[in-house]
Amino acid sequence: MKKEHNNVIEANLLTKRFGNVTAVNQITFTVNKGEIFGFLGPNGAGKTTTIRVLTGLLTPDSGNAFIDGVNIKRNPIKAKMKMGVIPETGNIYVDLTAKQNVILAGKFYGIPGRELEKRANSLLEQFGLYDRKDDLVRTFSKGMKQRVNIASAIVHNPEILFLDEPTPGLDVQSQRLIRNIIKEMNQRGTTIFLTTHNIEEANILCERVAIINKGKIVVIDRPERLRRTFETTQSVEISFDKSIDDTLIGKSAGVNRIERLGDKWKLYTDNPDKLVKYLTKFAEGKDLTIVSMEICRASLEDAFVKFTESESYGN
Amino acid sequence: MGIRNINTQFFRGVMVTTEKNIRIYYTKAPVMIFGLLFPLFMFLSFYLGREINLYFFFPGLLAMSLFFTASSIGPLITPWEKQAGTFERLLSFPVSINTIILGDIAAGMIFGIFINVIVLIVGLVFFNYSINILFLLFGILFASFCFSSLGVLLASPSVRSPSHIMMFSSLIRFPLIFISGIFIPLESLQGGARVLAYFSPITYLVDIFNFSFKGESHISLIIDFTMLFVFSIIFIFLSNRFHKRNLMKGL
Repeated sequence: MKKEHNNVIEANLLTKRFGNVTAVNQITFTVNKGEIFGFLGPNGAGKTTTIRVLTGLLTPDSGNAFIDGVNIKRNPIKAKMKMGVIPETGNIYVDLTAKQNVILAGKFYGIPGRELEKRANSLLEQFGLYDRKDDLVRTFSKGMKQRVNIASAIVHNPEILFLDEPTPGLDVQSQRLIRNIIKEMNQRGTTIFLTTHNIEEANILCERVAIINKGKIVVIDRPERLRRTFETTQSVEISFDKSIDDTLIGKSAGVNRIERLGDKWKLYTDNPDKLVKYLTKFAEGKDLTIVSMEICRASLEDAFVKFTESESYGN
Repeated sequence: MGIRNINTQFFRGVMVTTEKNIRIYYTKAPVMIFGLLFPLFMFLSFYLGREINLYFFFPGLLAMSLFFTASSIGPLITPWEKQAGTFERLLSFPVSINTIILGDIAAGMIFGIFINVIVLIVGLVFFNYSINILFLLFGILFASFCFSSLGVLLASPSVRSPSHIMMFSSLIRFPLIFISGIFIPLESLQGGARVLAYFSPITYLVDIFNFSFKGESHISLIIDFTMLFVFSIIFIFLSNRFHKRNLMKGL
């Protein structure tokens, strides 16, 4: 009888070194069946190395990883049969057509001819590429190529889908389409492991996120709980009708940090009430019109920045 | 997963990798240049303006042609895939490094055999050989496997640019041609030159072809086939080691 594993991805004290550099340092976490799990971290934090170890591309120096109970180190082919992977640098074959790419991927998983043909057509239809299915991929835009990439990765209906930075550089429509596909696949029971730089994307999609920094897991929690950890850090976003100098908005009103966002200013504070009153008086005194003003709670992005700055949760 | 399933998965992986290579790489410019034009120009530079008995040299030239064609695909595939960014995707499929190596070897073999059957037919039309078809076919089979394995081994250094590998592969392949018994028959080679000839796998194929076309052999045919097999095993073993070591380099 087949054993059901609630933790479909398990990493136990995984370590991977490249020479003197420890890219991944004794990381441990689990991903539940049917979950969308986000893996966040700054550049060089160890996200791609982790995903490469979990998908069998790299062998860990120590520790173990299990995919639906299968040890990826000992039985990589069996584990790979259960997963679909969209690697960060993984392109599709530009000398093949969109359909040939999807069919090639399906053949590696042993999907029979007619069934494969049916699935390829259906996926290309779903991804809005059916009309271009017989065109060489070299003629496609980046967004279209990524859609073929994803179609190739899910043609065998994997139980687990790994996506390494799936949306950077894509147009808004392609980003939305890909996010919808991720949600739909998840609703059908596929477990999703997603690495991303896009905090908002993680916030929208993920049930839990892990933040990795310098090869170590800093925190694993639900996005909303992480955001609330830094609830004390709030900000006021304000826009005036004229340009002003940031030195004019003094720190006397309890402004911890000032950030310029286009024609707006974001002022971080522990006391937004005091700051709003100060800014209103400031605008009156300088004969400025307030175009917009909003009190913002701490975002997941703020939490991410805090966690990766402080390096260890709770310290 | 049982042994049978693993074997099925392995052979399926080899076949799909081979199909992918045939579809994508047979028409690439470096394959045309290094696999087809090079042996043709070498033949022309060897033949034109000289009084050469082609009946006598044809077996050697056929061996040279098989060497160039069968070993031209292997050096190209991995560097090309790393440069195009498709290698990581390929590795993410349920394949091992051995699956990829054998798929690349099979693609080189099929290319070499296909081109050389054409050259062979042309040769048979022009010259009246009474060939030993069994030894000829087994010679082509063993040698194309061996030369294609060498091609895959030449792809193992960690570079992203296919042009670097093609230059490097020429540095290895040309000396192997010159030290074999193609241009100077093995029986005419003396001392160190003759010893050196035994280090080129082409020497053994030339001997098999000489026997198949003219009934002359200067090395035992058993040794010829054994040496081609031994060279193949060495090339595959080294390919496995080097490709594993350089797997993620250049991605």
